[in-house]
Amino acid sequence: MPLPEGLYGLMAEFDSATDLVHAAKAAYKAGYRRMDCYTPYAVEEAAEAIGFHRDEVSLVCLIGGVLGLVAMYGLETWIAVWAFPLNIAGRPYYSWPAFVVPAYEWTILWSGIAAAFGMLALCGLPKTYHPVFNAPNFRNGATTDKFFLCLESTDPKFAAEEARSFLEAQSPVSVVEVEY
Amino acid sequence: MATKDAPVNNPMLDPVTGEYRVIAPGHTFKSVTEEVSRIVLTSHTPLGWWFGFLIAGTGVGMLMVAVTYLFVKGVGIWAVTIPVAWGFAIVEFVWWIGIGHAGTLISAILLLFKQGWRNSINRFAEAMTIFAVMCAGMFPVLHLGRPWLGYWLFPYPNTMNYWPQFRSPLMWDVFAVSTYATISVVFWYIGMIPDLATLRDRATSKIGQFTYGILSVGWRGSVRHWVRYETASILLAGLATPLVLSVHSVISLDFSVALLPGWHTTIFPPYFVAGAIYSGFAMVLTLAIPIRKFYHLEDLITIRHLDNCNKVMLATGLIVAYGYSSEVFMAWYSASHWEYFMMWNRMFGPMGWSYWTLITCNIALPQLLWSRRLRRNVLFTFIMSLIINTGMYFERFVIIVTSLTRDYLPSSWGTYRATKWDYMTFAGTLGFFTFCFFLFIRFLPMIPMSELRLMLPQAKVKAKPEPFSGTPVPEAGD
Repeated sequence: MPLPEGLYGLMAEFDSATDLVHAAKAAYKAGYRRMDCYTPYAVEEAAEAIGFHRDEVSLVCLIGGVLGLVAMYGLETWIAVWAFPLNIAGRPYYSWPAFVVPAYEWTILWSGIAAAFGMLALCGLPKTYHPVFNAPNFRNGATTDKFFLCLESTDPKFAAEEARSFLEAQSPVSVVEVEY
Repeated sequence: MATKDAPVNNPMLDPVTGEYRVIAPGHTFKSVTEEVSRIVLTSHTPLGWWFGFLIAGTGVGMLMVAVTYLFVKGVGIWAVTIPVAWGFAIVEFVWWIGIGHAGTLISAILLLFKQGWRNSINRFAEAMTIFAVMCAGMFPVLHLGRPWLGYWLFPYPNTMNYWPQFRSPLMWDVFAVSTYATISVVFWYIGMIPDLATLRDRATSKIGQFTYGILSVGWRGSVRHWVRYETASILLAGLATPLVLSVHSVISLDFSVALLPGWHTTIFPPYFVAGAIYSGFAMVLTLAIPIRKFYHLEDLITIRHLDNCNKVMLATGLIVAYGYSSEVFMAWYSASHWEYFMMWNRMFGPMGWSYWTLITCNIALPQLLWSRRLRRNVLFTFIMSLIINTGMYFERFVIIVTSLTRDYLPSSWGTYRATKWDYMTFAGTLGFFTFCFFLFIRFLPMIPMSELRLMLPQAKVKAKPEPFSGTPVPEAGD
């Protein structure tokens, strides 16, 4: 697949989360859908504003936990009953109360791993390249104290001139073009 | 609740609540970021750091020597023998893993309870957890006798057609501790990604940009990512909470499932967990107080943090005291001769000194923490944290060594006297722990910047845009 070229989007920089959220709300209202906000800390209102309401991390976590539980409990039962039955002080081979502890630990282990790495996978991370880093002012503040709204050129409503004048009306610090 | 022991015009006091602030006033997003990242990104390593690192490195060297000799000669170089087959090695295993518990408590349980003050100290408390679990994990393996066969503990298909025996608490331990170590590392790393991205963007050296760039997995602060990230954090916190409560409970089952007087008791799981948190908070303070002094982080790790940690120590210390009293009471109430003798032996037997040291360090002296003035005194807090760490060490010593020296049959009684190799191994792990910690504070952000930003008053999104002097914006407020 050839690398995309040309304009990735238009990026507006804001000084505060409040300005960003209001601009994002206005953009959503104006009909833009393919856009993203970049903030130095979690701004849930901004995600709401651009229409991102649900994430699937909890589901991934649940699946991981169930798999961990079934895997460990099944393994213990299989070992103790079929693969390597041992008579330990006359206890039954299927002595389930003793199996609860490792099964419990593995439920937590795999739901935790699923939540953490599932979150990264859902975010499309790790990623070695992303166009937003091409914006000259992005690395200067996106992870410190600046707030960005990027309207992406793949949006059907996106037209460079119109998008620029829209963003400039939101009283940003600056509006810059982002190349692929 | 107004505080009377500090002047009213003290800038660290919140004028509305009269409480100590969590962060000093006047900070901006940039200033908190700079204050934390400067420690890592400077090319100048402070001389004091090198000094401490060297001492810690000597400890690591000592550990290497002790462990090498152990591999060559076997566990006979330690004082472990019958009847005390679980000497220092298991005392230190339990002690270290207990210390780890405060890190998880601070990062997970206090997150669920929305205790904002935890944000300044959670990262290095988690680091402390990881390094403490690493130290703890060494001991059972070294204690195996043939440590190179340690992997036999894990269930895997092998040519011997052998599988582990899951009815043993020692087997549960393997899963509890390995899960705890893994989840702690994952939680710590995931929590650090946004801060690593900050370091990537602020680093000036090529090596720094590259290393932090790889570690930050391309984090760009997209709000979609932030929402998933927050969900994952809450989930991990929710998972770490039952995990941390289970780990020390499972470890306590190593003892309470056995029939030995002094071990065979149902109070162990809750009392072990409380003790773990108790010692862990003490270790947090032992580390935090020198660090905040050395790196001038008094603005971010404030008196409020010390005060709150002290309160947690006071509370968990009282739970531990309840555990001790319950043991004494049950020894009498059970009317069991063996239980009664066990308690008498603990208090007045040949190792009675260790019991009274434990009571002094863990119950008597910490009562001074009732005083608000002392709780907010930095030097006192530091000394108290060392006392509690010592006390908790003796708790495990009393449980393990004193109980084992005199069990049912007087003919099988024995004594215990640690060898120089025991002491060297313990001191070596202290060195290893500090060694890792020095590396951590030099190369990784020890205070979570992204969470500090969230705590600043300007982080809140205001409902209406503030009036401005420029041209009016249509539909700015929705």
